Amino acid sequence: MTRVLIPTGALGLGYDRAALALGIAGRPDIIAVDGGSTDSGPSYLGRGVSKYSRASIKAEWRELMQARATAGVPLVIGTAGTCGADSAVEWLLDITREIAIEEGMQAKVATLRSGQPKARIKAAMANGRLRALSAAPEISDQIIDDCTNIVALAGTEQIAAALATGADIIIAGRTTDTAIIAALPITRGDHAGAAWHGAKVGECGALATTHPNSGVIQIDFDATGFTVEPMAPEASATPYTVSAHMLYENADPFILYEPGGHLDVTHAGYSALDTRRVRVEGSTWVPGRYTVKLEGARVVGHQAVGLAIIRDRRYVENIREWAADVKTKVTQKIIERMGLSSDQFTVELRLIGVDATLGGLENRKETLVEVGVLGILTCPTAEQASEAAKILNPYLLHHPLSEDEPMPTFAFPFSPAEMQRGELHEFCLNHVMELDDPMSAFVLEVHEVGHA
Amino acid sequence: MPELGELVSKVRSKNAGPFWLTVDVFCDDAIVFERVKAGLKDEVVARLFGVDRQLLKRFDIPSLNVIKFSVPRPVVQGTGADRDMHGAGWGSLLEELQIE
Repeated sequence: MTRVLIPTGALGLGYDRAALALGIAGRPDIIAVDGGSTDSGPSYLGRGVSKYSRASIKAEWRELMQARATAGVPLVIGTAGTCGADSAVEWLLDITREIAIEEGMQAKVATLRSGQPKARIKAAMANGRLRALSAAPEISDQIIDDCTNIVALAGTEQIAAALATGADIIIAGRTTDTAIIAALPITRGDHAGAAWHGAKVGECGALATTHPNSGVIQIDFDATGFTVEPMAPEASATPYTVSAHMLYENADPFILYEPGGHLDVTHAGYSALDTRRVRVEGSTWVPGRYTVKLEGARVVGHQAVGLAIIRDRRYVENIREWAADVKTKVTQKIIERMGLSSDQFTVELRLIGVDATLGGLENRKETLVEVGVLGILTCPTAEQASEAAKILNPYLLHHPLSEDEPMPTFAFPFSPAEMQRGELHEFCLNHVMELDDPMSAFVLEVHEVGHA
Repeated sequence: MPELGELVSKVRSKNAGPFWLTVDVFCDDAIVFERVKAGLKDEVVARLFGVDRQLLKRFDIPSLNVIKFSVPRPVVQGTGADRDMHGAGWGSLLEELQIE
């Protein structure tokens, strides 16, 4: 039997402290926490940075390091610093060193780096060892060269290798969300289907229970299945909350692809042990070729934005015509004054209150009180984006619906009106890479932190 | 005819990775589930999301009273043309669809 304690769905999101204490009292074999996701977009991977504040991460990581020391078991984090790039692993290692010194702790820390050299990816492509997943974008050597970061998602083999160093703390770069939870049960010979399925149930912390915000969940893995129990006394796991979690952020609710095979939960059975705990058996692990998924991000431009709020009734009623005219005039002026050609930049006016969320798919037409006009300028450089936003500025402020009317003025929330958004990144890989040796694309290192 | 959102307990729209979008329709019971299952036509849903019907994945899950749709994102998450980083708003299209 292997008991895994999961404090929260993501480090930085918070958790119930009393529930964490109950989890530690239950003598887990390992504490596992996820540190990231692609869900906040490509900028974090592109820049190799965390989306959460350093202060939040340090506060929660300190508590988990203390909990680990109390329990005397390994603490593992996957996808450190939101994106799991090497720079994000280094960032969390620095935080770990600071905490160890501040708390007078000594610890052995293993880092697992998932960053990929471009040459390796290009060689895999040339050798037919790169396979596009469904809806993958086209790639080329040029696109790979343009990536600012490429990471491979580690599975249980790489986490098991890190555990085998005897490390107290494992800071992993990009991993699958499930690998950090499934690794120890699989290493110990618990049921493989149960290990991956239980890991999927637990990867968002208490999201698979009646009280998602309580965070802390415990999963017991054994030879035939797994048992889920939330640690907050008021939270319950039910067959419904547990089985429904396979739907979450999954295109297919029954199949989950992982390095070295896939999980199939089609025949899983969910039963309530009591009002708070659920037992699951019958999920299967189907071994396959050893592949790791890749993620990459590249810079495709620089952005600046401007925002105006239109409250004048006549302008609100004619907002599309107004916005189309502003776009035409601003586009022309950027070409004339900045010397850019029309394929080098974009001017977009998103009408907040009209169709800013859904664009062409919006099918509701309501009477509006006001419209927010978000002007988005995307250019090759930051200076150009800033210039273009300044060209847009007087139009957002004063552009009339017709030539023969008094000059209107619209509401600007800020001065200066234009805001630099920085680099625009794009995800540019949705591929898997075949590996003969799971460790061949990952770098494992051991560090001593704290006072000797 | 009522809107889907008036019949079901929740419609949840989320990214399933940067390249796919998934929308889960949670029904309270088997009666609503059967009605919604029959009322939601693949071609109508595909058109709502602006995708080719062949690319629409659908799962009718009676054990959960859930109907799930997954589609390739018409706009990849986070690209310049993406309006909704987390894919949160698309469920409204389904929620406001009239169901027999």
